[in-house]
Amino acid sequence: MSAIIVMLAGLGAMALGYLFYSKFIAERIFRLDPNYRTPAHEFEDGVDYVPTNRYILWGHHFTSVAGAAPIVGPAVAVIWGWGPAFLWVVLGTIFFAGVHDAGAIWASVRNKAKSIGAVTGELVGSRARALFMIVIFLVLLMVNAVFAVVISGLLIDNPSAVVPAWGAIVVALIIGQLIYRFNVNLLVVTGLGVAALYGLILLGPSVPVSLPESTLGLPQNAQWIVLLFLYAAIASLLPVWVLLQPRDYINGIQLFIGLGLLYGAVLLSNPTIVAPMYNADVPAGTPSLIPLLFVTIACGAISGFHGLVSSGTTSKQINKETDVRLVGYFGAIGEGSLALAAILATTAGVATLGEWQALYSSFGDGGVQAFVTGGAAIVGAGLGISETVAATLLTVMAVLFAGTTMDTGVRLQRYIIQEWGEIYRIPVLTNGTAATLIAIGCCVALAFGAGGLSGAGGLVIWPLFGTTNQILAGLTLLVVTVLLVRLGRRCGTP
Amino acid sequence: MPPDSNELGKKLREWLRHASRVAEEAYYAPYRSTIARARRDEDDLFMLLVFSEMMGVPNPATYYTLELQPLLLERFHDWHRRMGMEHSPLEHFRCC
Repeated sequence: MSAIIVMLAGLGAMALGYLFYSKFIAERIFRLDPNYRTPAHEFEDGVDYVPTNRYILWGHHFTSVAGAAPIVGPAVAVIWGWGPAFLWVVLGTIFFAGVHDAGAIWASVRNKAKSIGAVTGELVGSRARALFMIVIFLVLLMVNAVFAVVISGLLIDNPSAVVPAWGAIVVALIIGQLIYRFNVNLLVVTGLGVAALYGLILLGPSVPVSLPESTLGLPQNAQWIVLLFLYAAIASLLPVWVLLQPRDYINGIQLFIGLGLLYGAVLLSNPTIVAPMYNADVPAGTPSLIPLLFVTIACGAISGFHGLVSSGTTSKQINKETDVRLVGYFGAIGEGSLALAAILATTAGVATLGEWQALYSSFGDGGVQAFVTGGAAIVGAGLGISETVAATLLTVMAVLFAGTTMDTGVRLQRYIIQEWGEIYRIPVLTNGTAATLIAIGCCVALAFGAGGLSGAGGLVIWPLFGTTNQILAGLTLLVVTVLLVRLGRRCGTP
Repeated sequence: MPPDSNELGKKLREWLRHASRVAEEAYYAPYRSTIARARRDEDDLFMLLVFSEMMGVPNPATYYTLELQPLLLERFHDWHRRMGMEHSPLEHFRCC
């Protein structure tokens, strides 16, 4: 099967979903009202509540929700064949993710832009709110523990990416200083930053870096995991303008460049999908497709994590209620298109079915490394660059996404711990450094406590990530439904 | 310079201005609230330093901070409310 056909079918279906289904949801179900006074106007303070141009807001929303997860999930789930993953990503995006994300923003906008947890507290009850916070903490714990394993694996398999991946942090630090201390024009800084990052990517294959086989009794991957947690703790404690802000900006640019490169390369090289549409011959130990497919691919189909972003920050900046359709629904389409790119890279990026089967020799194999290998082959063939450089580029992209998610995750965990400290009046928990140490301590305990010296404990409970994430999505959809019922909205009623 | 290149230069400048605005919005907007909040935290500490002597906390720099008080009076009400004090903590200085 030609990858171009699958790509056009997927993107075309999502486009139709946006044009027709989202219009139906927006006009008949949510009944978005352009004259409704949104919280961004009602509480405008120039800080949290700021009416923002819808295209800019879409960019923020999309880059906030898109990360490593829409790559990791599909890259694992294609083991059942590309067909089920493709259908779940495309149909999930159209009928679930778009409605969920837009619904979360709408529910929040209609409730003074409160977070979905707070809205739950009001509409459902305080016990549901407490459940929400626990679920969020657990989701973040799993994400941090697992992404540390994912990044360490990528850095071990692709030593050429070590210099550019860590160098990107230095580039971000310099960008932050240039903007805030030296007031250099942002466009100039952007050009310099992107050039420096891609310069490092070109340099990477010439200076591969590998850690020693064993240090202090820790194997290579455990050393990386310790270093990554150390980085996440420091990054989450630094003032945001020093590292987080410039790094997120670079990541946003990387996301658009990466998506453009992958889809452009598919169009130019027209690879063939060698993986079976439905893999009846899955390796031994692979769990059943139902229900595991629907939790393995969360981001890219439907993900509860998006509800947190939608209701936490995006809803405070909605200029007109009708913008919810573009920001929420089209944001989910952006995420779906990243997941689709991951499916194409992992199924069309290898030459033969035998090679693909070797990549996916057991459940959990393949994954992001398959995305890097497959994607590099497609990008290399499409753009005529060396596969090593292309692999370095995609590894850096995945590492930066996962790294961002990690330190943002630690920061959010810190906020939750501090909030618990305030609710239950435990002063030590309200201290930023103490809360960060507790957050990192939980992640390390999970990684090494459940996974032994390899530090892969996060993987032991990885299936729980998808389920927890989907429980969160279910809770959000429940809240949206309760709100619709309270407003007397029923499908088809005038 | 021929009029055509003038026109082109004008369009290019306009485009650059527009791109610059979009880039700035993309850079600053996601962290606007976090940075404003961090700045407010620093301002709050500064308010405490300026008004500490009036609340019974000795401050060796009072002689210098005294002249800042009139400039910060406007922010005093918001500050004491943010600090969890419903009414002004200063008996001789009531703002609400």
